[in-house]
Parts: sequence; structure tokens; C-alpha cells
Amino acid sequence: MELLDLSRFCMRLGDSCLIMAHRQSEMCSKGPFLEEDIAQTNLGLDLLGQAEALLIYAAELEGKGRTADDLVYKRPERGFYNFMLAEQPNTDFAFAVVRQYIMTLYLSRVYETLAKVDDETLSGIAAKAVKEIAYHQRHLGMWIKRLGEGTEESHERIQTAINELWMFVGELYEEDELDFKIQEVGYAISGDEMKAYLMANISSHLTEATLSVPKSVYMTTGSKKGIHTEYLGYILAEMQYLQRAYPDAKW
Amino acid sequence: MVSEMSQAQEKELIYQYLSEISDPEIPVINIVEMGMVRGVLFRESKLEILLSPTYSGCPAMDMIDHLVKEKLQSKGYDSVEITLVYKPAWTTDWMSDETKEKLRAYGIAPPVGKATSKKGLLNEDPVFCPQCGSKNTEIKSMFGSTACKALYICKDCLEPFDYFKCI
Repeated sequence: MELLDLSRFCMRLGDSCLIMAHRQSEMCSKGPFLEEDIAQTNLGLDLLGQAEALLIYAAELEGKGRTADDLVYKRPERGFYNFMLAEQPNTDFAFAVVRQYIMTLYLSRVYETLAKVDDETLSGIAAKAVKEIAYHQRHLGMWIKRLGEGTEESHERIQTAINELWMFVGELYEEDELDFKIQEVGYAISGDEMKAYLMANISSHLTEATLSVPKSVYMTTGSKKGIHTEYLGYILAEMQYLQRAYPDAKW
Repeated sequence: MVSEMSQAQEKELIYQYLSEISDPEIPVINIVEMGMVRGVLFRESKLEILLSPTYSGCPAMDMIDHLVKEKLQSKGYDSVEITLVYKPAWTTDWMSDETKEKLRAYGIAPPVGKATSKKGLLNEDPVFCPQCGSKNTEIKSMFGSTACKALYICKDCLEPFDYFKCI
């Protein structure tokens, strides 16, 4: 595997963490109660830390003299490779819960695999993240159950969130040439394996929470080529504003 | 730096200086006790300090970075470089019993069990109230005032308290 491939792989993962971290930061002051408000932003904080470590490493492997900050603040929308699921807005609390719940399942499997690779930096980042994600998984799983089994209203709203976000799940197990290279050296599991893992877990959790797994088969695709939903542009507009208005400003 | 000292002595002295820096979020514990200082290396013209972040996104990390440089510069080390090491990942298992007792006395319930077990990691063992010592406690939120803590409440003395998560 070439360094540039590994850099690209770290960038994809780091981008998803970064964009989710931004979405979670938007939950600040919007949680249903104070403790949950803190929990939601803490989820974001962990993800931001993971994003930072991954993007620093991606920039280093790339060797073009770009820093992690350059990657975050100076790439246009088409230069971001996060999953479309990661950028979906906090339409209501249920949407935030479902987005994070599915992405957390995905991340737990990704980090578990990476924690065992021979690359010291990557396995170190993953070994740390795996523990943080274990907390996320438990917390978000609790919300799926609580909202699903809660009131008629909470049940309906979380089911709506699941249905509307479902079309973005396919990207999590889709594969391209880079994925095959990464899988070849054992840094990632196959798409089929990921799909089986996600579907088995989602289906058992949702059933337990009296919710149903959507039947629709259409899955959108494109983020691995930098194609996104309209929402990413708005996130970047806010996130990159300062660096665009005052290039290289520091504090 | 100080020529008559052996490198081992100088290293010990540097650890001594670093142990004067408290964790910005838990003032009773210093960064050496936290297990964050992973190494002190003498490079040709500079001093390299290896630090391990507690949580990936710990906002205190930048602050600690500054405090370490400031402290060592005040001791005459002009060129200090800080390197973050991720492997092995920082764990609460590195805290000594003495450190855990300091946490408890400060009002933060120390981590229970070992992070190497899934049971310990997701704190399924009882957490004792740091105020009254009761184990009749309940988790209020898995995320407390900082990323490393969870929020608990004691059902006997009714005091809410932070629990330092086992990670």
C-alpha cells in the first residue's frame, strides 16, 4: 500500500469524524435537558479529537506540506470525503440520535480493526477511539430504545428519522478501489462483512425498541468522490468562514 | 543544561518540574500522576517531552502543552518540543491508588475496576459516593462536566458527583 492511499483513507475517516463533530457541536443548548445537552456535545468533542489525530496523520502521510488545519479550512466541498450520513442535519433530536447511532456502529467496527494494525500511529489512535466509541454506542443505543418505546410521538419521530436517513446507510459498506487496497493489507474489513455487521445490529436493536427496519432498497452514493448533499456546503460556510475572511489568522 | 548532573539526575529533575503542573481541570492532580508524561528525551539541541492525551478531544491538551513549555522555559530550557504519543493509549489503569484517593478527597469518584475489562470500561461495578462512601448511587448521565467524567447521584446523601470514567 502506498502512503498516499493510506493518507486518503485517513482523510475519509477523519472527514466523517470532523463533520459529525460539527453537527454535534450544533446540539449545544438544544439538548432535551441539561445532562443530555452536555452528553451530546461531549460526543462531538470525542469525534473532534479523533478527527484531529486522523487529519494530522493524513497530512503527514500526504507529504505536500499541508497541515491538518489546511485540510479542514482550505478544501472546498468537493474535496471532502465524509459520508453523506455524517453531514445530515439535526432536524430534530431523533435525527441526531439516529445519525450518530448508525455512524457509531460503523466506527466501532472500523476502529476495532485499525487497533490491531502494525502502523503505530493509526493503531494508537484507534485503540483510544475504540474506548470512547464504546461509550457512544451505549448512550445512543439507550436513546434508540427510549424513544422507540416511549410515547406515540417519540416512536413516530424516531421511526421517521430512521426512514429518512436510511438511504445514506449504503455508503458505509460500499467499496471502491482505495477500499480494496486498504482491505488487502488488513486495515479494513470487506463491504459485505460491514453490511452484515450493521444490518444484524441495527435490526436487533430496532426490533427490541419496537421500531422497524426500512424496506426501501435505494441507497445513494458519491461521497467517496466528493459528491455530497446540499447540507455540507452550509456546514463548510460556517466552519471555514474565519479562515476565508482572514486567511491564516491565528489565536 | 547543568553539566555536573548525570542525565538520569537531570531527567528526574525534569519530572519534578513537570509534577508541579496540575491538570487544568482537576487541580489536585498533576500531569505526572495522571500518567500523561510518557517520556523525557534529550535531543541534540532541544528537550523533547512525550505526552499522552487522556481523551482524543481533551480541550485541556493545548493548555497543558503551553504549561509544560512555560514551566521548562522558566527553568532554562529554551528549546522544548512536545510530541503527542497515542500508543499505548492512555488509560485510567495508570493512576496509582494514591492518585485515586486524591481524586476522591477532592469530590470526584475515582475509576472503578480496570479498563482492560469491558465491565470496567462501561462502569458496571458499583461507584461509591466520594462524600459519604455509600454505594447506593445512580448514574444520571454518561457524560459529565468533562469528557472524562460521568454524572452520578448518591441516593443516601443525595449529593450529585462526578465519576472519573474507567477508560
